Amino acid sequence: MMIQRVHPLLIAFTVCVFFFLLAPLVIIIGSAFSDTSYLTFPPQGLTLRWFWNIFEIEAFRTTAVTSFELAFLGTGLSLLMGIPAAYAISRYRLELPSWLSTLFILPILVPEIVFGFSLMKSITIGLDLPIFASLLIGHALLVLPYSVRVVSASLASFDFSIEEAAISLGCPPVKTFMTVVLPNIRAGVIAAFILAFITSINDVSVSVFLTGPGISTLPIQILAHMEQFFDPTIASVSVLLMLVTVGVMAIVEATLGLTFLTK
Amino acid sequence: MKHLAKWGLAAPAMVAVVLFLVVPVVITIAATFMEPKGIFSPYVAFFNSGFRRTVLYRTIEIALITTVISLFVGFIAAYVIAQMPGRAKSVMIIAAVFPLLTGVVVRSFAWLIILGKNGILNTMLLSVGVISEPLSMLYSEGSVIVAMVYLFVPLMILTLVGVLEGIPQDLIQASTSLGATPAATFRQVILPLATPGLIVGAVLVFTGSFTSYATPQLLGGEKQMTMGTFLYQRAMVTFDWVGASTIAAIMVVVTIGIVLIMSRIARRLNPMAV
Repeated sequence: MMIQRVHPLLIAFTVCVFFFLLAPLVIIIGSAFSDTSYLTFPPQGLTLRWFWNIFEIEAFRTTAVTSFELAFLGTGLSLLMGIPAAYAISRYRLELPSWLSTLFILPILVPEIVFGFSLMKSITIGLDLPIFASLLIGHALLVLPYSVRVVSASLASFDFSIEEAAISLGCPPVKTFMTVVLPNIRAGVIAAFILAFITSINDVSVSVFLTGPGISTLPIQILAHMEQFFDPTIASVSVLLMLVTVGVMAIVEATLGLTFLTK
Repeated sequence: MKHLAKWGLAAPAMVAVVLFLVVPVVITIAATFMEPKGIFSPYVAFFNSGFRRTVLYRTIEIALITTVISLFVGFIAAYVIAQMPGRAKSVMIIAAVFPLLTGVVVRSFAWLIILGKNGILNTMLLSVGVISEPLSMLYSEGSVIVAMVYLFVPLMILTLVGVLEGIPQDLIQASTSLGATPAATFRQVILPLATPGLIVGAVLVFTGSFTSYATPQLLGGEKQMTMGTFLYQRAMVTFDWVGASTIAAIMVVVTIGIVLIMSRIARRLNPMAV
């Protein structure tokens, strides 16, 4: 590709944009180490005590565990439902009505906060479901569009005649799927998992309605803590969450390459 | 057998979406039409209240301003990124994705530290001597907009980088070799081809900011209530479920309406589709 000359002003502007995008994160990291009982930047003295403080506050420990459980189980559930659906959509593209794929993006189309409120009214209150079950249903549905769409996207480039060859040679359908189809769409499944996991672990709008006495998620707990104390603990929790993001990005880079995100 | 397979495989996800999303949302909206005081009474009440109208208009205003700024900033950044050589491009994309993957709460919280009374901006301005007393910037429409732009610019960049990379270089070369100035090439080739992407980005940002909850909650508070925080307040603080459902219904109508209108416009404007 021929690289065009880009006007220096545009480059300067873009540098400012990146400063705008990254500076707030640097500020969070800096203030997490401050030796003061209030949030400040640049940090006054350096300490790790706010990081220890996270582990001493029971609410952070329990909500972090809940958040990770929800993200793993919810994402797992969404993939269990989403992969077969994506397969059906791609394999029988011409025989299934087009509204079917629209149905699977509804969880993105309907405002999250409306979804959370409606779900709370119907299942937490209406069906009297336990809080964790409600949260799990909410999170699985919230991330279902990623499972269906990202997996469909990678199935779009899959040659179904390979699968037919395996079946006509006598391989049972399920085994064919596991040994022929699944390895070919591995990258899509990983991408779907990661996007879904990150979405779930950071969700506020759906969870805020579904949490209840005794069970909450980490972002909701952070919000609650922020309203009471404005100390560097919040910054250090944020730093830990950023580390999770860094870890996830490293996995993406190692398996798929990050450029898949712009495709 | 085949019939069974194609529907059977899609069935679990279909049932889940219908049962736990479509039915609850439809019930919520339907409930607003079954009030004893008359079929549209919750909506009449909503639009008759100056306060509630203000919340709706404020939310639309914040979402519109956020969308326009994000379009402008995101387009320029995406344009520059798309022109970068391979290595620099990946680094910039990673830098843009990183904030995107960091949660909404964390990213909104950053602006509390920056814009607060004893925040960084005030400290800086005070030490330079531009102001003599700290400004109160939080809990204003401006602070909500800044944080929202911060939230959505990465999304806009990612959407647009893909679109701008997809523009065939031959077209740009043809335009340049035929004597078009860079500005003319931009206006007559790049911009029209990027328009569908710009519309997708605009829809994502508008609907996202129109329905957001955490950011206006943290940076706007009670003073700058938006539809999202208002819905939460009605449902979980005052337990006015009819009021909350009415807000929910209005939000659904606005977002789905915007998506439908804009996708129709995008289809009509797409110069690549003959």
